[in-house]
Amino acid sequence: MGFYVAQFLTGWADASGLFMVAVGLTLIFGVMRIVNFAHGSFYMVGAYTAYYLIAWLPSDGVSFWIGVLLAALIVGIIGVIVEMLLLRRLYHAPELFLLMGTFGIILIIQDLSRWLFGAEDLLGPRCPGLDGSVWIMGSLMPQYDLALIVAALLILGAIWMVLNRTRWGVLVRAATEDREMLSALGVNQGRLFTGVFFLGSFLTGLGGALQLPKGGADLLMDLNVIASAFVVVVVGGMGSIPGAYLAALIISELTAFGILVLPQSTLVMMFLVMAVVLVIRPYGLFGKAELAPHEPAGESGAVLKPASVRLKWLGAALVLGIILAPLFAGDFQLVLLIEIAILALASMSLYFMMGPGGMVSFGHAAFFGGGAYAAALMVYHLQTPMELALLLTPLAVGLLALIIGWFCVRLSGVYLAMLTLAFAQICWSIVFQWEEFTGGDDGILSIWPSDWAESRIVFYYLTMVLCTGGILAMRHLLFTPFGYTMRACRDSALRSASIGIYQKRHQWFAFAVAGAFAGLAGGIYVFSKGSVFPDEMAISRSFDFLLMVLLGGVETLSGPIAGAAAFTWLHDQISRFEFWQLVLGCIFIILVVAFPQGIAGFFSSKTERYFSEPTDE
Amino acid sequence: MSKVLKVRNLTKSFGGVCAVDDVSFDLEKGRLLAMIGPNGAGKTTCFNLINGQLKPDRGSIVIMGKQIAGFKPHRVWQLGVGRTFQITATFASMSVLENVQMARLSFHRRTLSIFQKVRNLYVDESMELLKLVGIEKQRDHACGVLAYGDLKRVELAMALANDPRLLLMDEPTAGMGPAERSRLMEQISGIVQTRNIGVLFTEHDMDVVFTHAHRIIVLNHGKLVAEGTPQEVHANAQVQEIYLGAAETARLEKR
Repeated sequence: MGFYVAQFLTGWADASGLFMVAVGLTLIFGVMRIVNFAHGSFYMVGAYTAYYLIAWLPSDGVSFWIGVLLAALIVGIIGVIVEMLLLRRLYHAPELFLLMGTFGIILIIQDLSRWLFGAEDLLGPRCPGLDGSVWIMGSLMPQYDLALIVAALLILGAIWMVLNRTRWGVLVRAATEDREMLSALGVNQGRLFTGVFFLGSFLTGLGGALQLPKGGADLLMDLNVIASAFVVVVVGGMGSIPGAYLAALIISELTAFGILVLPQSTLVMMFLVMAVVLVIRPYGLFGKAELAPHEPAGESGAVLKPASVRLKWLGAALVLGIILAPLFAGDFQLVLLIEIAILALASMSLYFMMGPGGMVSFGHAAFFGGGAYAAALMVYHLQTPMELALLLTPLAVGLLALIIGWFCVRLSGVYLAMLTLAFAQICWSIVFQWEEFTGGDDGILSIWPSDWAESRIVFYYLTMVLCTGGILAMRHLLFTPFGYTMRACRDSALRSASIGIYQKRHQWFAFAVAGAFAGLAGGIYVFSKGSVFPDEMAISRSFDFLLMVLLGGVETLSGPIAGAAAFTWLHDQISRFEFWQLVLGCIFIILVVAFPQGIAGFFSSKTERYFSEPTDE
Repeated sequence: MSKVLKVRNLTKSFGGVCAVDDVSFDLEKGRLLAMIGPNGAGKTTCFNLINGQLKPDRGSIVIMGKQIAGFKPHRVWQLGVGRTFQITATFASMSVLENVQMARLSFHRRTLSIFQKVRNLYVDESMELLKLVGIEKQRDHACGVLAYGDLKRVELAMALANDPRLLLMDEPTAGMGPAERSRLMEQISGIVQTRNIGVLFTEHDMDVVFTHAHRIIVLNHGKLVAEGTPQEVHANAQVQEIYLGAAETARLEKR
């Protein structure tokens, strides 16, 4: 009995930590409708800042607490700076550009932290007075765990007081319900947003600082914590603070007890909970359906025009360039071109889903990595020849996408995106933890092409044929009834239904098609690299694809290709700097502020007249 | 069978509010039935029930002899129901022609085709529909940039694209000038009579209603309070009281 109580308390302490990260995120989303990916970075900064402050302050009983509070305050101020300098400029840009801006912040904070705080993992200081353990019903419980439970409850209570007992809190709640009405009533929205962003950042900084004695500080915290924080927010219902608490509690308790039954389930558990909850309650435990569904990724949705004669010439020139490239390019450039082609195919498949399909995926790496693993496993376990593996991989991943898509298409917007992220994490956890079958962290090695394709040049041509073929096939699909129906579902669910289109089913198919093509890209990728590791399925991989699509612009068919090329080239150019992520982050931020339509979108708006057919009106 | 739509004891409440309360009526082929009533009377809810967007709490809806209980909108559409919305819903990223082509594609069950390009599919049929509603000149304009009155016409063309037996039109002339209103209603009357379609429509413009409807039903607080020919409804004291208001009643009495 005592053991179960202790297990329950441990779960509750974990829940308290989770809640402290998630609460700021849900608050910010509820009021500002911003999915702040940089939230995890603020959490990390909170932990590091507190570590150094506590070390610097004279060590007596209160210095720990002063350090924690000061760190939270500093993070809050950083939040305000980010909001005022960057996010504020993007409120009127499409939602995805805000996301990309926050990606940029992740990269910048990542490198700045490495520079300022060092690359070593830091062991957190103990909290004076709470560093012992107490016996509870025959089990030993760390005092600090109990303190965390109390702290989270205090925070929950304090937020409740602020939201329900102060004028500012009433405004925040009103903004959560209806932003436009609030600004129509004369409330200064800008100041309210800055305030909310401060509070949200302060809370996550506090969370990061408070978990120091338990987890310390390291440079991987930001991405590690962000996935869990999102799961909590989505399960609780985006914008709901009690929901976040309850969700954190459910998830942590299930993990705490799940580990007793199935020790290997730890990583999967959280995401399984999320998938189950979202299928039963699509908007989370306490969430409400969005009153006005937000605009899909395609925003204004330019009319799709067939390639003009000039555009066809440009395409032909590109193909010619691809054919002739081996004459001029060295081995290294060929490797780079192969990578660009593979990533272009993968990001085209993401674009296919996001742009015309209107379904933003935060977990596209599940399909890319899924393809890589499908091919690698076939070769490793069954000695499948490359040709057959490349043929079967898209089918296998298409099937995977059908399964994942069945859940995802029930939702839309941010919820759909979060569910794709959850499924990608499930796939990643399986690959990571099922060592006997997938090699776990060590990956699968020695997956090489068949003999005839072994030479670099032959493999180059093979890649180009498959990738160009895949990209053109998707492009073709967009002009067929299938693609038009996808856009119809995106443009207006209401109208689609009333002309007899079964929207969910069609989106489901589109989801699977996109997955299959991403799988093909992954399959080729594994043969080009010769090995595969769980990283190919990780969140950061999904982010890469999102960045490529956003970099290229979601409104242009050529976007994904330009985006993949730009991303790979940039990556190659700046990865020789020590702090290349910092540079990359700055570039992204400049790009979203200066070219909100993406690179290809920018150029196509400049050159549209040149490349469009003359119309006789 | 001449009845395209039979509604019996239809009831739907939201929370404590009974939006549609025990409503029954019929609609025959080739006839225009107007549903009128003040704002919040339950007209749009009624439409959404008939078109499958909402599930009724009680009552039955029979379209072309088929019970539609539990049908989703796309199944209702398969029975031959076209719908236009109070706030227009079209595909903003497509041209006017493509919008109608899309509806035609769905009618021909070609939404999963992956070989032919849309550009060459059902162009003539779709142009016919555009001509029918009088917007063939706008064929290449994107729906996202169209004037509201034109959007209403695009919707009408799309609603007609599945050769419907029943047309549900929620304020077909909202946002149009008086001249355009009567022109559009003339056209609609002509179309439905030659094609033998039953029309259920709502409208705030009483001139339109009394000129074009064959029969009128009046809703108030979700209840059916009157039904009859325009003359009968016109003469109904209760309708004048609750719907037209005192001033209007006085004006009518002077006539």
